[in-house]
Amino acid sequence: MKKLQSITGSLLLKDGTIYDPATGKSSVGSVLIKDGLVEEILSSGKVISADTIINCTGKVITCGFTDIHVHFREPGREDKETLETGSLAALAGGFTRVCVMPNTNPVLDTPESIRFILDRAKKLPVEICPIGAITKGQGGTELAEMGEMIKAGAVAVSDDGLPVVNGQMMKIAVEYAGQFGVPVINHAEDVLIRSDGVMNEGSLSTRLGLSGNPDISESVMVYRDLVIAEYVSGKIHVPHVSTAKSVELIRRYKKKGVDVTAEVTPHHLGLNENKLVNYDTNAKVAPPLRTDDDRIALIEALKDGTIDCIATDHAPHTIEEKESDFNHAPCGMIGLESAFGMVHRTLTEHGFDIFEIIDLLTVNPARVMGFEVLPITKGQKANFTIIDPTSKWTFTKSDIHSRSKNSPMLGTEFQGEVITTIFGKNIFS
Amino acid sequence: MGALSRKHFLDLEFAPKEDLQKIIDTAYTFKDVLDRPIKKVPSLTGKNVVNLFFENSTRTRMSFELAEKRLSSDVTNFSASSSSLSKGESLKDTIQNIHAMKMDAVVMRHPTPGSVYQLTKFVDAVVINAGDGTHEHPTQGMLDMISIHEKFNGLEGVKVGIIGDILHSRVALSNIFGLIKMGAEITLCGPPHLIPVNVEELGVNVTYDVDELIEWADVINVLRIQRERMGLGLIPSIREYRHHFGITNERLTNHKKEIVVMHPGPMNRGVEIDSNVADSEQAIILNQVLNGVAVRMSILYLLLSPGEEN
Repeated sequence: MKKLQSITGSLLLKDGTIYDPATGKSSVGSVLIKDGLVEEILSSGKVISADTIINCTGKVITCGFTDIHVHFREPGREDKETLETGSLAALAGGFTRVCVMPNTNPVLDTPESIRFILDRAKKLPVEICPIGAITKGQGGTELAEMGEMIKAGAVAVSDDGLPVVNGQMMKIAVEYAGQFGVPVINHAEDVLIRSDGVMNEGSLSTRLGLSGNPDISESVMVYRDLVIAEYVSGKIHVPHVSTAKSVELIRRYKKKGVDVTAEVTPHHLGLNENKLVNYDTNAKVAPPLRTDDDRIALIEALKDGTIDCIATDHAPHTIEEKESDFNHAPCGMIGLESAFGMVHRTLTEHGFDIFEIIDLLTVNPARVMGFEVLPITKGQKANFTIIDPTSKWTFTKSDIHSRSKNSPMLGTEFQGEVITTIFGKNIFS
Repeated sequence: MGALSRKHFLDLEFAPKEDLQKIIDTAYTFKDVLDRPIKKVPSLTGKNVVNLFFENSTRTRMSFELAEKRLSSDVTNFSASSSSLSKGESLKDTIQNIHAMKMDAVVMRHPTPGSVYQLTKFVDAVVINAGDGTHEHPTQGMLDMISIHEKFNGLEGVKVGIIGDILHSRVALSNIFGLIKMGAEITLCGPPHLIPVNVEELGVNVTYDVDELIEWADVINVLRIQRERMGLGLIPSIREYRHHFGITNERLTNHKKEIVVMHPGPMNRGVEIDSNVADSEQAIILNQVLNGVAVRMSILYLLLSPGEEN
């Protein structure tokens, strides 16, 4: 099992393909790290000694991944995940920066709660960026202190799993957030159309006797939000897009110049609703796994840039909760540790090269959030993920560092593996 | 393993045709038993069966209990109202208790689709599905099949109409899977929003015209309209439902041929079916009740008495 360690002395990442997503350039060479900083970038063939050497022949050295959508459950449900256990899960998956959603208890809806997260994060081995709530207590009726939260360090606003049902509130929120330049992230789901739906509505829900949640419950809300963003010239980000219909709408509004970005999860890219034929509660997620046609539309949307990036929506739940019956089990699955394997396997099957895949996990999500994108340079904090694109591996419980184990991908074979993650003086290997 | 090809009786979708035929054949022999003055056989002496009902049920539970007692098994009943089941955790705990008590068979009714499959992971006992939410009600499907079989001396080519709220019905799905497998033809009829999406893919036809259905069918199975659905505004009014989908005497007499009328009960007389239809010669609703006991005896017997093939 991989574990977190401190780098002592100098560390050489030797003879790998160095890919810098900020510049889009790749070359074969080595990286020397000392005191948590990039000491030197060496071109191929240069011999240098170091205290520790990692042989990177055949591997790709790139910068650490960014996941703009995770749930670390702290404060409130530390039995599912903490900022610390979540950080380890992130490192295991190659992520060195994560944006945590505000659906904690209490909700992250004040500058104090944002500062709590950032204080806790100081000691942790990854960068944690909190997202503040749009409305107080995610209640959907009163604006939260967006300005104060952003001043305290929040990077975006979202009511997470609770959509802003009231259209006027959404319009006000997008208009108001516009002055701070952060995206409004609204869980796009018309809850009245969804009703008691627990899986995608279609032939399979009919056969399984489970209540259906039709794809239009998402696209109706996506459409409303796009129209609002256009009307108030605001900035929105659509999380976990799951349907072909939403893709089509986002594509159309992007072309019109509306300031909209979108993300897709590894599970919506790699799995479809057939994962539910045995009523596997670990595959119950919001939005639900859809049809294979939807899945293909999502892959094409990544190809043409309609969807900007990949985000996991890492959602830990306890075994007890997931052992409940299908209707009562909560929605969500963990995703950090399996993300790269699933994404790499799926996208290479559809003609993506390794560099395009890395972009979707690094610079693209960073740009969605407005994070600075800097090339790998001497003197900067070490921030690397080492990938073996040819490794075939099976995802098992021993790969999971999250406190929860709710993944429908256990037992799945992936191609492409994160071997080592380095952030400052920390190495996860 | 009993005399059927699968250990449990969970659904009609995946049950092999041979098993269904065997259940029907065996049910006929138990029907003969039920005609005797002493309606009890010692087949399951010493076997423990628990009826685990997480949802209210009178008829199905009574029918199972009777079947179990007439086979001489020891019967335990457990009822938990859906309110005490609020979070679903009790399912696993209750199941583990039952597992510890070494039951031979568990008959379960549960409000969530698929819950019976989960049950089989937690217990060694034979599991029989007495209705899992809006998924299947396979013993009801079997009793409906034997009732039609009895009337038409077979199932091949029999035209069966199913009328009502198909979407929220576990009876409909079991009827569809079972009858199609046995060669019958099915047409569904009901308000469009109460017909499940893409249901045609299961091999059935759909019509919204009940008179057209009656003209086509040899037998109609009239489903109960849950009054709760009306509370949700899914059905505008009783009179409108009756007018469009109600099986009234007037409607039946307008058609020349006589068709067989079934209802899984409990009936809303005057809503989906008229009293004079329900009590008429063409209704086989009470036969269904008797066949329910026989078919449940048949299933319990085939699953629990290994090697004792007829």
